[in-house]
Amino acid sequence: MGSRSRRTGAPHHSMFLRMLLRAAVLRRGRAAGALLAMVVAAAVTTAMLNLYVDVQAKLHTEFRNYGANIVAVAKNGQALPGDGLEKIRSIIGTRGMAAPFAYVVARTSDGQSVVVAGTDLDQVRALDRWWSVTAWPSHEQDALVGTRAAALVAPQGAPFELSFQGRTVLLNLAGTVRTGTSEDSRIYLSRKTFEDWTGVRPSTVEIAASGSPEEVRDTIQALQLALPEAEIRPVRQIMEGEARVLGKTRATLLVCAVLIILTSALCVLSTLMGWVFDRRRDFAIMKALGASERLISGFFVTEAAVMGAVGAAFGFAIGVGIAVWIGRVNFHAPVVPRFAVLPEVLLGSIAVALLSAILPMFLLQRVQPATILRGE
Amino acid sequence: MFLRLVYESFRRQKRRKLLAGTAITLGVGVATAMIAVATDIGDKVSRELRAFGANLVVTPQEDTLDLQIAGVDLKPPSDGAYLNEADLPKIRGMFWHNNIVGFAPILPVTVNVGGKDVTLLGEYFSKPLTFGKEDFQTGVRSTYPWWKVSGNWPADNSQDILLGERLAAKLGYKQGDAIDFGGRSHRVAGVLSTGGVEDDQIVAPLAVAQGILGKPGAVRRLYVSALTKPEDAFGRRDPKTLRGAEFDRWYCSPYVQSIAYQLQEVIPNSHAEQIRQVAQNEGNVLSRIQGLMMLITLAALLAAALAVSAAMATAIFERRGEVGLMKALGASSVAVAAVFFAEALLLAVLGGSIGFVGGAILARVIGRSIFDSQIAINLVLFPIVIAIAVLVTFAGSALAIRRAVKFEPVYALRGEA
Repeated sequence: MGSRSRRTGAPHHSMFLRMLLRAAVLRRGRAAGALLAMVVAAAVTTAMLNLYVDVQAKLHTEFRNYGANIVAVAKNGQALPGDGLEKIRSIIGTRGMAAPFAYVVARTSDGQSVVVAGTDLDQVRALDRWWSVTAWPSHEQDALVGTRAAALVAPQGAPFELSFQGRTVLLNLAGTVRTGTSEDSRIYLSRKTFEDWTGVRPSTVEIAASGSPEEVRDTIQALQLALPEAEIRPVRQIMEGEARVLGKTRATLLVCAVLIILTSALCVLSTLMGWVFDRRRDFAIMKALGASERLISGFFVTEAAVMGAVGAAFGFAIGVGIAVWIGRVNFHAPVVPRFAVLPEVLLGSIAVALLSAILPMFLLQRVQPATILRGE
Repeated sequence: MFLRLVYESFRRQKRRKLLAGTAITLGVGVATAMIAVATDIGDKVSRELRAFGANLVVTPQEDTLDLQIAGVDLKPPSDGAYLNEADLPKIRGMFWHNNIVGFAPILPVTVNVGGKDVTLLGEYFSKPLTFGKEDFQTGVRSTYPWWKVSGNWPADNSQDILLGERLAAKLGYKQGDAIDFGGRSHRVAGVLSTGGVEDDQIVAPLAVAQGILGKPGAVRRLYVSALTKPEDAFGRRDPKTLRGAEFDRWYCSPYVQSIAYQLQEVIPNSHAEQIRQVAQNEGNVLSRIQGLMMLITLAALLAAALAVSAAMATAIFERRGEVGLMKALGASSVAVAAVFFAEALLLAVLGGSIGFVGGAILARVIGRSIFDSQIAINLVLFPIVIAIAVLVTFAGSALAIRRAVKFEPVYALRGEA
């Protein structure tokens, strides 16, 4: 109400409030209908905006299930420096995982060649979630054996011997791993077992860094600076596929959000216009009793603004609820409410409400009160 | 009389009818577009997910172990078994051949370039093949969309090669140079960048690798990129335990397992396996995006239904005076309600039809601008959408009609709402 009501004097001030309140109470059915439309529109808008902002983070997490998006390889087939892994881990921090791999070609007891890898099995388990593993090794001298390698070295699941540069080791088959690619032909050992046996240190680190493509690029640069001995490469297959799917999904979501928000804005517009238009009698009576155009406009505009603000507030709360629910049902992780969209929803709601009050006002102002009161 | 009432109502209240009709048209249009996009998004995203590369690999059944470290093949090229190149076009004849986006055979061999051993991969780039009367092209260009070539892709029947970018820098070759190995000279058609081990290798047409190995028709592995359905409990079952109709249903669903099974059928002595990194995650991402779109479509339907109901309620509420007049003239509540419902039905069918066409066009535009492919509208959707439009319009009108009919005619005529 602001300056306008102040200019009309103190008695009018309370009258103005009273008119607002009584209008809402007396026509509560229609007022509730208009408010409901407002709330639903604000809720749907909030939910869509929240989802649109959050879906990228959600899908990035989903895409991290594809495993490493960065690989660090020591140059010229050497081992990485001793503190290399620690350096990598300190750079990626909590926003990613890193699993070191050391490889040798060993011989089985009947002279066949087989690739043996030493790694941090807990990290691999978290990083490569698509591995279909019967049982993860838990003891020293336990080996995780690829399905094709298992058929060769331990068809009955019995302990087996491997030799590398004259040193032999006896291993138990803890479980088998199946991935469909070269892992199926390998034998995986814990790093300690592997290094005690071969003395070979990791030459490759597979890194899953989360975040947007820009953040991943920054991570790659930071890694390159910290580890000049290694070659840091993005796994383009993963990065490009991710960018492509994500881009298309976001574009689709944006179009849907725009469509839904437009539909609900139109719904509010038509409902509120009906509600204002419906009260042309009040308008006529006020005018007939000598109210100025300004006062009447002020009245309807205030009413619309209040309705927009209240509707937006309720709608925002419900919309956040919907977004959280969708996040939980679909991504098994709640969508973090973005309070940054509150001002947008609030301003948008008030703008639509004002627009739907002003449009009928223009039509009504041109009509003589008598015509309306006669019911024409 | 009844028809005339409805007709005159449309003729004389054009503005109001237009408003309600517009609301219905918009609502139905948005709903149609959203349903079309949501039902088709699975197919579209699944095609986009092929950007992650092949999801199936076919190897010879009696193969020795792979000796691969960080993507570099250490297995002696003469070791192990091979697939026969002549069997590959048969993939075009399998049940799910339309779901095969592409396949690429691979044959790694070792060549000596300037005194150094370098891995050479024999591949199809975009090889024209024939199966029966059908001609098609396949190769790495369809299975590995992230491979980038500066220069030109070599022709599959040429002796031209691609040089991995790191290898090219190391050896000092560039596009157009001639490089000698395997007893003859090859032209470098382009420099390949993949971000993987191929950057240190030579990629050549399959026939070149077979010539160096001296085994025409030999293929080490075959990578297949197929559109699949997300795996569920039924898809994971072992086909050997399935009987009769159950087996048919499994066989005729595009699960990655059933496509692998069919690949083994058409390629003799082969073993097909899903590449779990690609195949498993694909299902997850796909079901997440599909689920999201379904929930959003629900929200859109709700918003559209509300818009239509609100418009109808407003339109009827404004006509209390008319109801009062009809009732004062002796019309029963049923007769009055019938007039309103008939009007609502007409509006819903008219607005719904226009909205459906508009929504179909909108879905098409969305499909073309985002996914570069059509989003087809199933015509079965038309009666369903119209039925929903009628239902929502009725539901929106019902409350308003009930209140309008219950009104004492006297009050309504005096204008005391």
